[in-house]
Amino acid sequence: MKQFGFTISKGRQLNFDEMKTDKVEKLLELVPSYKLCIGCGGCTASCSAAGFTDFNIRKIHTSFLRAQYDGLDEQLKRCMLCGKCLLVCPRGVNTRSLIINMRRVLNNVDAVTWRPQRELKQKEQGGGEQ
Amino acid sequence: MSEEFFHPFVLPFCIGVLFLLVFSVWKYWRWIRGFDKLQRAIIRKNIWTWRFLPAIWEAFREGLLHWRITKKNALLGYMHRSLAFGWFLLIVVGAVQADMAYTGHKPFWIAIFYNYFEPFSNIDFPQADFFANLMDALLLYVLSGLFLAMFKKVWSRPMGMKRTTRHTLMDRAAKMALWCIFPLRLLSEAVTSSLVGNGGFLVKWLGDVITTIGLDNQAFDITCWTLYSVALGTFFCLMPFSRYMHIFTEVFLIYFRQLGVKDSDKKTGYTMFELSACSRCGICIDGCPMNKELGIVNMQGVYMLQSVRNLELQKNAEPIAENCLMCDRCVADCPVNLDLSVIRRQVRIKNKKAIDKGGYGYLKDVQPFNSIGRVAYFGGCMSHLTPGITKSMETIFNAVGQKYWFMDRDETICCGRPLLQQGFENQAFELRRKNTEMIVNSKATMLITSCPICYQSFKKEYKLSIPVMHHTEYINMLIESGKLNLRKDDRKVTYHDPCELGRGCGIYDEPRNILKTVTTLLKTSQEREKSLCCGFNLGNPLLDIEQQTKIRNASRDNLLAPNPDVIATACPMCKKAFMRADSVPVRDVAEIVAENIVKQ
Repeated sequence: MKQFGFTISKGRQLNFDEMKTDKVEKLLELVPSYKLCIGCGGCTASCSAAGFTDFNIRKIHTSFLRAQYDGLDEQLKRCMLCGKCLLVCPRGVNTRSLIINMRRVLNNVDAVTWRPQRELKQKEQGGGEQ
Repeated sequence: MSEEFFHPFVLPFCIGVLFLLVFSVWKYWRWIRGFDKLQRAIIRKNIWTWRFLPAIWEAFREGLLHWRITKKNALLGYMHRSLAFGWFLLIVVGAVQADMAYTGHKPFWIAIFYNYFEPFSNIDFPQADFFANLMDALLLYVLSGLFLAMFKKVWSRPMGMKRTTRHTLMDRAAKMALWCIFPLRLLSEAVTSSLVGNGGFLVKWLGDVITTIGLDNQAFDITCWTLYSVALGTFFCLMPFSRYMHIFTEVFLIYFRQLGVKDSDKKTGYTMFELSACSRCGICIDGCPMNKELGIVNMQGVYMLQSVRNLELQKNAEPIAENCLMCDRCVADCPVNLDLSVIRRQVRIKNKKAIDKGGYGYLKDVQPFNSIGRVAYFGGCMSHLTPGITKSMETIFNAVGQKYWFMDRDETICCGRPLLQQGFENQAFELRRKNTEMIVNSKATMLITSCPICYQSFKKEYKLSIPVMHHTEYINMLIESGKLNLRKDDRKVTYHDPCELGRGCGIYDEPRNILKTVTTLLKTSQEREKSLCCGFNLGNPLLDIEQQTKIRNASRDNLLAPNPDVIATACPMCKKAFMRADSVPVRDVAEIVAENIVKQ
């Protein structure tokens, strides 16, 4: 096949019926200030970790908001929590809290006791089998 | 044991003492066994030295005289001193009195119930009157403290406390027992005096009153002594479960601290001593900016320790442990000098265990720069948002001809402290390892940093063999050695002490010396240890921007009170916080110095 140097990217549309928004809702409950985000990307522009890799915090939290959780936790582990994004955010989003809580929700760590939640995991697995 | 030394009413007291003794020994023994390896090694190294002498002095000064509380408020200090030192003297003088009155073998409760058993003794010693009056004076001293304690319950303002601690049920029960002890002692001695006429000035006078009322009978006498003994016994039984355990624990804690033991990142036996040594006085509440500006009063040091101590409350430990600026104000205020921030961090580390895994594979490509004979300059992440600071530092380096290596000019690796403060212990360790490797391999002779957060991290958490300096220390050194030619401008400046630099590392004088050299430094009402956090500290992940702004405004108002032309600070984070307030210009100490360099 002839290589034209471009590809057709996969469809990016979201099916709202299949979206599992429970984690998003939980995150918004834990970090209410995230509702203020306008997606300006200031956080990514100032990011220390982005200086080394393609770590893109705006992309990560936008994907999270769209309930596309795959691989986000691995990405988030690169964050050094230095807090520069917090200071540049024009909307006052508590970005450090956002990152900590995204990891916590992705890992099913309970919001109050900080212990891994087993019930939620089982429920999800059960849902997957159906 | 002869018959005349015993009466059944001494039993509650004896049971209480025995229980307290057995329980405390068991508890302390368990805690001492819980010390970790490093702490044991320190104890083993220092135990045969003279360090117990300063420990005894400190235990006397703090455990009995309550010197640090007295410095905060004289009346509050008097209250604590009269109860602690007064009761201590009451026991010691009572024991001496009993020893002089009875020769030979006698049970230990004689000293406590001396006035009851005194009439049965047949030895008259010459100083009996003197001792009786002395004991009465001491009892009066204790009772005056008790009166103040009751007064404080109603109105605590004159004692310098706006808010007092909300105590648990056990603490309140123990306090009630304690409050009953001394009035009951006076009453029992007075009734005995009305029957046999012994005692000093106070007891005799009250005995006369009792005779006048007509209560001078044997049954009432025994009832009073029994109640006194029951109050003592109840107090001793409740003590191990209440805040009054701090009375003994503080002495142990002072001794271990003098030996050089420090708290680690995990809960150890030493932490247990610290938890128990907290007297729950609540002095940490008033100074806390979260209380002053936001009215949040459930997360201060005393409640945080309570949540750690009390396993039931650990379910709600998150908002308590996480909701804190880590500004160390409570650490500076604490009369027992507890490492409140370290214990808080222990809880956070425990909380974050499930997600404490880093993915910092990308760091391996960063290479150190060969900088033999140079100093390494670490701007810190935040300084990249305030480039004025790093530029000024480069100007200063060039002005004195200092060769330097700007470690994080392009590729910024965080120092790891923000992660550690949030409890991500392993992730922070990875970053520390990388930075240490870079600094060691670069062969730099000194590390200078512009960010107090990094400074505290490099100073306390890294184990670097080269000296670490904050830029204010470095500039001060340059000025003192005359290497930097500076003019003095006519600006009036107030200086904000960053939490991490001031209370964290004890650097108060260097920035002030610099500012006095180049400008006119004005005093503010709350500075040095009492400085107010700028609110944008990375310690608290829960506050929203409005709350942070409220704290910042309080701090800014304090700085603006003397009408300065410029607010000076030494931390990029504080600078950024005050810059947003749109008041007067905000400058870092380094910037002010760089503006005033005289070119030759």
